[in-house]
Amino acid sequence: MSDVVIRAEKLGKKFVIGHQVEYSAILGEALVRSARGMARRAVDMLRGRAVVEGDEVEEFWALRDVDFEIRRGEVVSIIGHNGAGKTTLLKILSRILEPTLGRVELNGRVASLLEVGTGFHQELTGRENIFLNGAILGMTRQEVLARFDEIVDFSGVEKFIDTPVKRYSVGMYARLAFSVAAHLETEILFVDEVLAVGDAEFQKRCLDRMSAVASAGRTVLFVSHNLAAVAALTRRGIVLKGGRLIFDGPIENAIAHYSASLSKGKVSRDWGRGHHSAIISADLLDAQGMPTDTYEPGTPFNLRIEVETANMPGLGLELHLRDANNLPVGFYSSSIFSQTPLPSQGRHVCTLSLQPLFLASGDYSFDISTNSLTIVVDHAVANAIPFRVAASSPGGIAYDFKQSLGNGVLAMQLASPLRIDSRSPEPA
Amino acid sequence: MIVSDRPSQRLILEAGRADRQYWADIWRYRELFFILAWRDVAVRYKQTVIGLAWAFVRPFVTMVVFTIVFGKLARLPTEGDAPYAVLVFAGLLPWTLASSILSDASNSVITNSQLVSKVYFPRIIIPFATVMVALVDFGVSLLILIGVMAWYGVVPDWHILLLPVFVVLAVLVAIGPALWAAAMIVKYRDFRFIIPFVIQVGLYVSPVGFSTKVVPPEWQLLYSVNPIVGVIDGFRWAILGGDSPLYLPGFAVSMLVAAGMLWLGIHTFRRTERGFADLI
Repeated sequence: MSDVVIRAEKLGKKFVIGHQVEYSAILGEALVRSARGMARRAVDMLRGRAVVEGDEVEEFWALRDVDFEIRRGEVVSIIGHNGAGKTTLLKILSRILEPTLGRVELNGRVASLLEVGTGFHQELTGRENIFLNGAILGMTRQEVLARFDEIVDFSGVEKFIDTPVKRYSVGMYARLAFSVAAHLETEILFVDEVLAVGDAEFQKRCLDRMSAVASAGRTVLFVSHNLAAVAALTRRGIVLKGGRLIFDGPIENAIAHYSASLSKGKVSRDWGRGHHSAIISADLLDAQGMPTDTYEPGTPFNLRIEVETANMPGLGLELHLRDANNLPVGFYSSSIFSQTPLPSQGRHVCTLSLQPLFLASGDYSFDISTNSLTIVVDHAVANAIPFRVAASSPGGIAYDFKQSLGNGVLAMQLASPLRIDSRSPEPA
Repeated sequence: MIVSDRPSQRLILEAGRADRQYWADIWRYRELFFILAWRDVAVRYKQTVIGLAWAFVRPFVTMVVFTIVFGKLARLPTEGDAPYAVLVFAGLLPWTLASSILSDASNSVITNSQLVSKVYFPRIIIPFATVMVALVDFGVSLLILIGVMAWYGVVPDWHILLLPVFVVLAVLVAIGPALWAAAMIVKYRDFRFIIPFVIQVGLYVSPVGFSTKVVPPEWQLLYSVNPIVGVIDGFRWAILGGDSPLYLPGFAVSMLVAAGMLWLGIHTFRRTERGFADLI
């Protein structure tokens, strides 16, 4: 059997995004701006367009001219940087988003897994949520019933199956959610990153399950940052970059292409220059010293920044770490913290190894700037190193410490094991 | 491996392409519809002290207040010999059904935005699932009506057999504007503020606390442009029997308006739902 089950032709997806122009503290200006914004939104509404928050509106293509064909039984991974269009592509294929251009042909029953635990309701019991989540993922009641014991078994929460999930620990909740998802069986399956969370043991079970799915002759499209998993599970890789398909072929070559595009992509960027300096390139490095866009929580932060200076002694390098909401969460200054100014003339490669941080999972970026002795910014590059923490499990259990949980961005680590001395005798 | 009862299908995804399989898809996703409806019903009275009794308390208290305000204080006339409380309750039943459908269904798509942005299914099943919740509450209210009628010794005649028809009409009258609003809210959240306002005003401009016969005859036809007027009249006709004759031209106008709004609702929803995930 080698018939085509997915065919994408000239696929494109355009989004309209808004920007907030800087905030004004002057009441008059703020009023004028909000009046202007209101007028623009009213015009948008009359023309039937969507309301976009922000003062400036910009279009951008999340996906552009993507063509590929996938045959029955193929297991393909889609790799690319953050924002390369991987999730957008999966969402189009799973009919959540409509393509702006091009077309897709699908042959066969499709299920997609963009998130685990979609639709889980806090008030319902584990048992009820299995049926609810199963139906949402596209399983029939009979299918869920037939697999019910298997799902409960896999999750290991059988003792609490009739307890509302709001009473579950975060770990139990996640395991139950994974388990329903892992038992989804359709002809075509799309999986986004989701199985890469949880503790190591559970992850391994999920990956085993994925490879079982993959070898059962079903068609699987797999999005991941975990290159090891990608290499183990799939033989074909599609590399996306800036919304375009830049490589489609054997997985080893795809990974090489992806890694190369990581290092090359940065160099080609032109960030302009300041009066006396220019930041030329900046990369986050993995343990092997290769550029990467993911950071493993609790490992040293290795950065490589290339700077040029001209006739200016005493310039310092400053880093601002920002979270997904663009709020500053960390700061480093070479002139203040390390008293190491940049040489006054020439091109320099600065290698920094910052202390490990146990960051919450989510998106981050480093802003980089050069500053003169008087703390005047000379050249600033916002969002110079965007990166992501794919999963963060501080206790080594199936608990993903997410930025979006609102508990901050740092998991606080103990310096020595937790000690609890009881002052009163234990109740009998 | 379990063999699926769902046949393999061939599907084309393209910008602006009307999906011919849409209605077949709704049938295929009927289990999701029932499970969403069941979920909404199951969690509705969770963690409340008196639980389902809320479904009794609210309409009952409203009936008492309306009977006192409109019947005793304002001294508005009833229809025939019907007790004022029964008149009010016969209006309150369809009003509560229609207004809760309008408010729940119109907000349903954004309250389920988690689902909309993560999985595919025909979106129209979300607002329709909320109808089931409203119908459960309606069923409870119906029990109160029986109690109130027994209390006053009102015996319905054969007209009561047509009550289910008017229940369906009440749902259709509400679901049209609700679908339209649900689609619009995704784009323009302004409607979140408009719908409660419409319902609040609607309670007083619709003949809930008083009889339609209070409206001068020359205005009757125009008054029936509000489609809920036709439905309330229908309910009173079915429940009060000969005491409340149905004004047919007005009823026809109400039904025409309702049909128009239903078409507009479905049309708008279908046209915009493919873009929901972009906007939500």
